[in-house]
Parts: sequence; C-alpha cells; structure tokens
Amino acid sequence: MIVESQIVRFDSLQLDSGVVLTPVDVAWESYGELNAARSNAILVLHAFSGDAHAAGINHEGRPGWWDLMIGPGKAFDTNKYCVICSNVLGGCRGTTGPSSINPQTGAPFAMAFPAVTISDMVRLQAKLMDYLGIQRLLAVAGGSMGGMQVLEWAVQFPERVLAAIPIATTARHSAQQIAFNEVGRQAVMADPDWNGGNYYGTKPPARGLSVARMVGHITYMSDDSMREKFGRRFRAAETFLNPLDTDSIFEVESYLRYRGSQFVDRFDANSYLYITKAMDLFDLSSGYQSLGAALEGTRARFLVLSFTSDWLYPTYQSLEIVSALRARNRDVAFCELQSNYGHDAFLVDVAEETDLVRGFLASTARDRLARAS
Amino acid sequence: MSSTSEPTTDVRPSAFVRSILRRSDYAIISELIEPRTRILDLGCGDGELLAWLQENKQVEARGVELSGARVQKAITRGVSVYQGNIDNGLNDYPDGAFDYIILSQTLQEVREPLRVLREMLRVGRLAIVAFPNFGHWRVRLVHLWSGGAPRTKLFPHNWYDSPNIHFLTVHDFEELAVSEGWTIERRFFVSNDRRVIALPNLMAEIAVFLVRR
Repeated sequence: MIVESQIVRFDSLQLDSGVVLTPVDVAWESYGELNAARSNAILVLHAFSGDAHAAGINHEGRPGWWDLMIGPGKAFDTNKYCVICSNVLGGCRGTTGPSSINPQTGAPFAMAFPAVTISDMVRLQAKLMDYLGIQRLLAVAGGSMGGMQVLEWAVQFPERVLAAIPIATTARHSAQQIAFNEVGRQAVMADPDWNGGNYYGTKPPARGLSVARMVGHITYMSDDSMREKFGRRFRAAETFLNPLDTDSIFEVESYLRYRGSQFVDRFDANSYLYITKAMDLFDLSSGYQSLGAALEGTRARFLVLSFTSDWLYPTYQSLEIVSALRARNRDVAFCELQSNYGHDAFLVDVAEETDLVRGFLASTARDRLARAS
Repeated sequence: MSSTSEPTTDVRPSAFVRSILRRSDYAIISELIEPRTRILDLGCGDGELLAWLQENKQVEARGVELSGARVQKAITRGVSVYQGNIDNGLNDYPDGAFDYIILSQTLQEVREPLRVLREMLRVGRLAIVAFPNFGHWRVRLVHLWSGGAPRTKLFPHNWYDSPNIHFLTVHDFEELAVSEGWTIERRFFVSNDRRVIALPNLMAEIAVFLVRR
C-alpha cells in the first residue's frame, strides 16, 4: 500500500517551558480502519530519528520504520487495529520544529525555537487524538525515545491508555546515554557550517551531523552484530592502510560514512540538538517522590521488553520500570528477548517481539470487551 | 495455629479440569481458587494454569517465571508474566497484594524455601503450595535397595543434574507450619491422579496445601 503523511494544524500548544507555540503542525499517518466505537486505535511512537511514516511504502518507495511490525497479519495487525503514528514536536519531517518558519519573523526558527520536552511531544499527540475523535487508545507502543513517550502517555493520560508497550527504553537517561548524545551535539556545533544554527538556505552542517550519526549508529549495534556484519573486511584491495588513503577502508568505516551522509539528506541538524536534549532531560519521576510515585496513577497494563545485547538501553533500565510498577501492584509483563542486534533489535529482530505484542494486544482487546459487556 | 484434622469439604478435581490441565496438582489448585480473586503464580511455566483460571474463574492473574521461552509463551497467551527468579521475585510487591500465591512443584527447587514461603504469606492472603513428597514409599524403597540417591517416576533425575535442591516430605511441611504458626486450611494428597486418604506421608506422591498466616 502507498501511504502519504497528512498534516493537521493546531492553533497553539502550551510548552513545559511556559512558551506558547502558535501555530503547530503535526504530520501523521494511519493504517487500518478505525471501528465505529473508535476503540481499536493504537498509537505508535517513533524513536529519535524516526518520523510519521511507520508502515507501508511512501511515494519515495521507502518502507515505514516499523513496517516489519505494522500491517495486515503483523504484530500490530491492521486488519484488526487502526494504527496511528505522528512525527514528534521539534522534528523535521512535517511537524513543527526548528526548521519551521517562525510566523513572527517569516524566517526559520533555528535556535530561536523554544526548548521542547517528551511531555510536550505527548501533549501534542493527545491533541491529534482529540482531532481524530479518539478518546481512549487500545495501546501506545514504541521503542527507545518512543518508549519514553509511551511511559509519559501512561502517566499523563491514565484514562486514555488501556495498554502500554515501552520497548528498549528507560525512565531516565544514564550519564552514558547523555554522554553519547553530547558527543553528537558537539560534532554538529563544531562544524563551521552550523553557524549558530543559521544555515537554512545555505550549506547545512553536513560533516558534523554525519559524524554525530556515525556515533549514534555504533551505539545502536552490538559488538557481535558488528563483527558479523563487517568483521575486519576491507572494502578495497587489502593493502597497507595509510591513514591518508581514504579509498582503502574497512567495511565498517564505509558503512558508517554511508549512513552518516544518508542521514544528512533527511534530518535537520537543529532538530538533532533539540530532540537529543529532550531525551536527556526526560525523567519520568521528576515532580514526584520516586519513579513508583510517578507510576502510581497509571491505569494501563504494561508489556515491558528489553534485548540482551542492547547496551545503549540495557535491561536494568527496563527492570527499574517493572520493579516500580510491581511495587504499586500494577499489571505488568516483562521479558528480556535474546538478540544479537543491540539497540536496533526492536526494529529488526522482530520474530519474538511480534508474538509477544500480538498476544498482549489480543488479551487487552478481550479484556476490554469483557469489561464492556 | 496449624490444624491437623482432615478437611471437611471434599474437593474432587473434576475429570474435565484434569483433562484440560493434565496435572493433578493444577486440577486441585484450580478447584481451590475462588472466582474473581487476585492470583500470583510463582514458576508459572508457560502460563497454562493462569490462562485457564483467567478464562474460567475471571481471576486477575500474574506470574513469575525464569525461562525466557516460557515467559514468551505465557505473554503470548495473554497472561502478565514477569521474567525473574522466585527467590527474589516477591520483593517488589507490597503486603497483601494478592489473594493467593501459588507455588506448584517448585518449592524443592528454590534456594531458600523458608524465606520464599514467608514472603508468599506476606504478599498473599493465602498460599497454595504443591510439592512432590519425598516420603513416598517408592522413594524410600529405592533408596533403601539401591543405596544411591533415589530415582523414581517423581524424582527422575540423577543427583548431579537434578533441579531439586531441597527434599521434603508431607511430614516436614506440616512440622514447619506448626513451628511458623501457619494455619493449614486445606490439604490434599494425590497418587496416580487419585486422592490419598490414609497415611499421606507414605502414600502421597504429590501434596497440596492451602496455608494461611
């Protein structure tokens, strides 16, 4: 199926910073039919560099970022459920962000864009749900930064979420996670083309952004998956490697350069800065006594998943969430899945993830029917 | 206080339940549990019992299981199961979080059985404990004749690959209940899927106790 993002404009959004953003655009897509009772909607939340295009093929021929999981007969079965995904606030794929035009100046916001938080992103998604006439979601699901939004949804809108599926995520970043993000931000800002964020209409900071993405990709893989994928293979003939000889390189170098340069074409450097900062500042327990206290008010049933080789969002971070939920006697299922794919596993190693999500959604839908009758 | 009299109400696992769940301890447990209660099953395997209880008794069911593959099966079935071990699987829960905590055929495998039992009676109003009876005559006989660690239908493992690290009998459990001040509300003894009425410590292959603190 060919899918296209749609854009809806809202008058304003009050941000955590106190700033009121006017107006705000949201890019969104949906797959599957909303039923008459509007009770089969699932909101899927994308990770750091994702966008509204979660499933199907778009006009560029590009499959959605979670196409392996969303579609007819897949984990999020579009024959049964209506799956919705939108680009996050601060993004650069249709939703308002630093590259959008500031109505006060007629020029892109750049660094004049206000700081955004994970909670701001979620409140904008709630506006979209209001607009679509969806009062209660059967489930909210997402990995990595998407998982942070899942947690935020469950805390901020307990009555609107029946089931929450946070995958390979955390209730707050560790020093290590913040450190990697800071390396990425510094790479962007060290590029002279960044120019204090004012590069729109001229040359974007392609080298800095590309280096930032290279670091990111390393953290998304695992030692095993890199060994399997690249080993020490050379791309050119095996010769003595002169550091200045840029053609004769390891495959892993070539791969990272390719992913880095590809990223530059579809991602805005200022969005990189704003969104990574939002992730670093996210702390589900802020404003509460503890993580448990934050989760006290949740009503959703939870399915928490982590992956053995994910060293960027290690299992202990999922267990913190699970433990806090159990201490409040909340309905939570947890499983650590075996995978060699590192943090990327939630996107690419989907066989077991599919079974779990499918079973969990089916029982949630059954429960809802039982309670309704 | 512990009571030693035979239960006044008879619970006969219906053939139907037994045929569905196959295991006679499961059948007894499912007959013991009141509808619409909160249950936690420790070592719940692939969630067969919990799924059955959820479906037929409308209970709120949770489970703890160590094996990732079994946890996956249970969640796929729609049972909320947490992957972790039993020895510290109860720590997070507040007091009295459940009506029943089930420990079926696992007591002999945990590292600290007494700690687990005490935790069960902290987190649950009632504990249901089912275990293979090491006092069964066949175990005694095999041990006496062979002089080696007994291997029977019930304890099929070699000493070096057995998951069982504590061996207990009906008598041992009842003695512990007395010394801990627990009340045994009901008790059931089974051999070859039949109720054992007399000499349970000698005749029962499986014992099921319903215990209250």
